[in-house]
Amino acid sequence: MKAVNQVAAADTLGGPRVAFNVERIREDFPILKQQVHGKPLVYLDSAATSQKPKVVIDTVTQYYLAENSNVHRGIHFLSEQATRAFEDSRAKVARFLNASTDQEIVFVRGATEGINLVAQSFGRMRVKAGDEIIISAMEHHSNIVPWQILCQETGAVLRVVPINDHGEFLVDEYAKLLNAKTRLVSVVHVSNALGTINPVKRIVEMAHSRGVPVLIDGAQAAPHLTVDVRQLDCDFYVFSGHKAFGPTGVGVVYGKAHHLEAMPPYQVGGDMILSVTFEKTLYNVIPFKFEAGTPHIAGVIGLGAAIDYLDGVGLDRIAAYESGLLAYATEAVSAVPGVRLIGTAKEKASIVTFVLEGVHAHDIGTILDQEGIAIRTGHHCAQPVLQRFGVPATARASLAFYNTRGEIDALVRGIRKVTELFG
Amino acid sequence: MSDLRELYQEVILDHNRRPRNFQKLDGANRTAEGYNPLCGDQITVYVRLEDGVIKDISFQGSGCAISKASASMMTASLKGKTAAAGDALFETFHKMVTADLSVTFDPLEVGKLAAFSGVREFPVRVKCATLPWHTLHAALEGKGQTVSSE
Repeated sequence: MKAVNQVAAADTLGGPRVAFNVERIREDFPILKQQVHGKPLVYLDSAATSQKPKVVIDTVTQYYLAENSNVHRGIHFLSEQATRAFEDSRAKVARFLNASTDQEIVFVRGATEGINLVAQSFGRMRVKAGDEIIISAMEHHSNIVPWQILCQETGAVLRVVPINDHGEFLVDEYAKLLNAKTRLVSVVHVSNALGTINPVKRIVEMAHSRGVPVLIDGAQAAPHLTVDVRQLDCDFYVFSGHKAFGPTGVGVVYGKAHHLEAMPPYQVGGDMILSVTFEKTLYNVIPFKFEAGTPHIAGVIGLGAAIDYLDGVGLDRIAAYESGLLAYATEAVSAVPGVRLIGTAKEKASIVTFVLEGVHAHDIGTILDQEGIAIRTGHHCAQPVLQRFGVPATARASLAFYNTRGEIDALVRGIRKVTELFG
Repeated sequence: MSDLRELYQEVILDHNRRPRNFQKLDGANRTAEGYNPLCGDQITVYVRLEDGVIKDISFQGSGCAISKASASMMTASLKGKTAAAGDALFETFHKMVTADLSVTFDPLEVGKLAAFSGVREFPVRVKCATLPWHTLHAALEGKGQTVSSE
C-alpha cells in the first residue's frame, strides 16, 4: 500500500499526480516476487484471473481474524460490523460503476452467475416464442450458453452480430439484426479472446431507440477501463471480482432499479425474504431479493478493498500505462517470424493473442512455462471466436498494470525459443 | 531446456511435423472422436477391424505436438496387431506417462513409444499423450461415442 498512499498523498496536496511507477506497484503484489522453474515469474494471464494486492489479501485475512460474522441477521456487535463492511463494499461498487443507488448492485459469484441471473429472471419474464435475443460473435461461452438455454426454454431465437477480420463488432450488421422481435441485447465490453473494446455506448443507444434493453458483460473491462453505467445507459452490467484484483467467488450485477424491482427472484432461500408462511412468501426489497443465502462476505469486503486500491492508483492512469504496454507488446510479439496476431482491432485493451506457424498453442504454453512465463493457451472459453478465425487454439498474453516491458521482452525471448525447438 | 528436450524428443517432433496415417480411412468399421476441452485438441480415430485384428488404422484432427505425435506413433505401432494387444499396449503406455520418475520401462515392451516417457514430468500434458489412446479404446469398444480427456 506504500505506493498507493504516496499517490493519494500527492493528489490530496493538489499537486500533479506522481509518475506511474510500475516497480512500486509491483511491491503491492507479493506473488510477483516468486520464481517458477527457477526463473522469475512473468505473469501474463491476468485476463484469466488477476493477481491480488496485499491490501486485498490482508482485508480478507482481517475479516476472518477479527470480524467474521453473518450479515443482515445478528444484533450483536460482530454481525453489525460485518454488515457495515459488507454494505460499505456495495457502496464502493456503486461508486466504481457510477450507479444511481447502492440498491442497483447485486452481489453474485461472478460475471457468469450474473448473466445467468439476468437470463433466468429478466429474460424469462420478457422473452417469448418467436422473440429474438442478440449477442455478438466474440462472446465468451458464459454470454452464449445462458441465452441458448433461454431460447430453448422459450422458443426464442438467438441472433449473432458478426465481426470482421480484425475482430471488430460490425455495427451495420447489428443495425440490420435489430428489429421489432428483438427483446434483449447482450454483448461483451472487452473481448477476452481478442481484446477488442466494443462501442457499447452506441450499441446501447441503437437498442434503446427500439426500446430494447442491453446487458454488458464487463468481465474484462472493469479491471482496465473506467466504467460509467449511467453514461453508457446500459440496463445491466456484470463483472467478476477476481479479474479486478479482488477475491475469487464474488461478482457484481448492476441493474437499473426499475428492472430489478420488476424481476422475480433468481434463487430463493434465506435473506431474500421479508416473511414466510407455508401459504405465502414476501420477497425482500432490492438488491436483497437476489441474494439468497449467506453471501461470500469476505469476498465482498475484499472486493471493496480492491476498488479502494484501484481508486488509489487511478483507473485513468492504469489505462494509460496499459495502453503503452500493449503497443509495445503488440509490436514486439508480431515482429517474431511466424507469429500471426489474432485480434487487431483499433480499440483494444491489454490482450495479445497469437498463433505461431507450425506450433500448437499448448506447446507454446509448456515451453513458456519452463521459462517462468504464464500465459493462457487453448480456446479461452470462446470457441466460436476461434472458429471465426479458423484456428483450433491460440496463445494469449494478457497484461495488467503490474506488468513491465522487461516481461514482454522475456515473452518474446520465450517465443523465439519455441521457434528454435520446433524449427 | 534439458527438461523440454525430454518432452520434445526428436522422434516426437518428427511425428508432429510429418504425422503417419494422417487421413480418413476408407472402409473403416470402427471410429470415435476425442476432445481435450482444456486445450481444444480434437481427434478422430478410424479403424478397420477384422476378426479382432486392426487391419488398418488412421487419424485426423488438430492438436499439440504431443497429442499428434502420440496419435501418429499409436497408429504406426498398432497396424496388424490384435485389439487385445492394442489394449495391453495402452495400459503399458498409460503407466509409462503417469509413473513415478524412478520407474524404468522395458524397451522391448514399449518400443518407440519410450519417447513419451518424458511426459510424466509434465503432468498437465498427460492428457495430450493419452487422448488418442482413449479415443482408440472408444472406437474399438464400438460405442462410437465422443470421448473427453477431462
